[in-house]
Amino acid sequence: MTNNTVISVSNLVKKFGSFTANDNLNFEVYEGEIFGFLGANGAGKTTAIRILSGLSEPTSGKVMVAGFDAKKQPEQIKKNIGYMCQKFSLYEDLTAKENIMLYGGIYGMKKKLIIERTNSLLAQLNFEEYSDRLISDLPLGLKQKLAFSVAVLHEPKIVFLDEPTGGVDPITRRQFWELIYETATRGITIFVTTHYMDEAEYCDRISIMNEGKIVALDTPVELKRRYHVESVEEVFIKIARPGKN
Amino acid sequence: MQKAIEASGIGKKFGATQALKSITFDVQEGEIFGFIGPDGAGKTTLFRIITTLLLPDEGSMTILGLDCKTGYRKLREEIGYMPGRFSLYMDLSVEENLNFYATVFGTTVKENYDLIQDIYSHIEPFKTRLAGKLSGGMKQKLALSCALIHKPRLLILDEPTTGVDAVSRTEFWEMLKKLKENNITIIVSTPYMDEAMKCDRVALIQEGAILSVDTPVKIRESFSRKLFSVKASEKYKLIHALRSYPGTLTAYPFGDAVHVTFKEDDADNNLYEYLSRMGINDVMIRETKAGIEDRFLELMQRKV
Repeated sequence: MTNNTVISVSNLVKKFGSFTANDNLNFEVYEGEIFGFLGANGAGKTTAIRILSGLSEPTSGKVMVAGFDAKKQPEQIKKNIGYMCQKFSLYEDLTAKENIMLYGGIYGMKKKLIIERTNSLLAQLNFEEYSDRLISDLPLGLKQKLAFSVAVLHEPKIVFLDEPTGGVDPITRRQFWELIYETATRGITIFVTTHYMDEAEYCDRISIMNEGKIVALDTPVELKRRYHVESVEEVFIKIARPGKN
Repeated sequence: MQKAIEASGIGKKFGATQALKSITFDVQEGEIFGFIGPDGAGKTTLFRIITTLLLPDEGSMTILGLDCKTGYRKLREEIGYMPGRFSLYMDLSVEENLNFYATVFGTTVKENYDLIQDIYSHIEPFKTRLAGKLSGGMKQKLALSCALIHKPRLLILDEPTTGVDAVSRTEFWEMLKKLKENNITIIVSTPYMDEAMKCDRVALIQEGAILSVDTPVKIRESFSRKLFSVKASEKYKLIHALRSYPGTLTAYPFGDAVHVTFKEDDADNNLYEYLSRMGINDVMIRETKAGIEDRFLELMQRKV
């Protein structure tokens, strides 16, 4: 992790009619950082992620992602980020190899580079025996690793992971996190949401949202110290929906 | 105590896929019984057999004293089922959904209101809202109310907390505990290992087979080795260093620590020096109690 800022959000507000989904958000995320973006269901996380990835325009405020303005240059942002969600965006009726090549093409990579990266990726994942199998025939854990690798195929500055580990077994979940760590050490920023509170502990810093606002942002160690608790889960239960407790 | 379910040697195949491999377990009346395992483990297939929606290829199952193959008509009146994707009618209002389910089961909302009151009261202020317009947490409460409205003796919940935040999950388990006091047997599945502690007994399930059935405490205690929690500020480096240490048997990240077992069982004093040589100096090692997930990993490892 370095001190270079890759995401910078100031006074971000997003309204849908009279409803304020993001209420004056301010934060920065650094190069190579694993940033956990937490909050209860409906707190406004998805809205913020859509803005950060150039899919939705802020109502007001300044949002810079990978050096581009979310309001004026959303297309530039899309080229410089990767995205993976729980419903992996792999094509089930294409093979593993075809999926990688397709995404390379969509990201506008040169053909030679696509072939190079496809081969190295298949080797790196020990995927050679699966390369000609349809995605629909692969076990969930392999699909997940492939979906992540495809999301960083074009070496983006940032990759957004929206609940990437739902439903997988505990060994696969840990292997996936090691893939995340490895990617972060290469300088790619990881912006991740999860409902597994033990995974929040793996992040360099976490933010917790409640009703459209960020109510806490710090390292897991510092947050636990501040709220005098043993785990991020307890921090979360204390502050993610304070009205309910 | 009477048995709510007795299952023996249950097998189910879909084409070439063996979804369930000779599953044997029983559930006592009035207990909260959890099936804990990842996607694809066979939880939903098993639940469809329990709810008489699928027939097993092999084995036998008695539910509330009735055979799952021949007693299905009577059974369906006694079972409440909340599938993974809530089967609510999105274009009906909250109240209409509840009335619909009551009518299908030949009863009325009024007759069994006392059973659902605690849960339904949270969403009653929105009773004219379409189910499709509810938040995830509210849909969950409505689906649970609908599954309970005919006062079932057995409640089957397929991953009711998946994708739900930690606060709402805690609330949901509180509701289940209250239902248990009404003598309803509850069978629930979840991929979240920490929720196992809230069940009376759990079955760990993986690739169509049951790895272990017991109380959560006994499952934790059956962890076969001494377990150590190792912490350092540089976590990724620590995991790799621990794996490369010759005395290490297993090393898995757990929250802010790495859980480690050693070949010699006891922690060995050369580890500090080894880690320090690898450039990790702020190491803290202490013995810790194994959790459900530690045991699950151990059982998975044994299979590999």
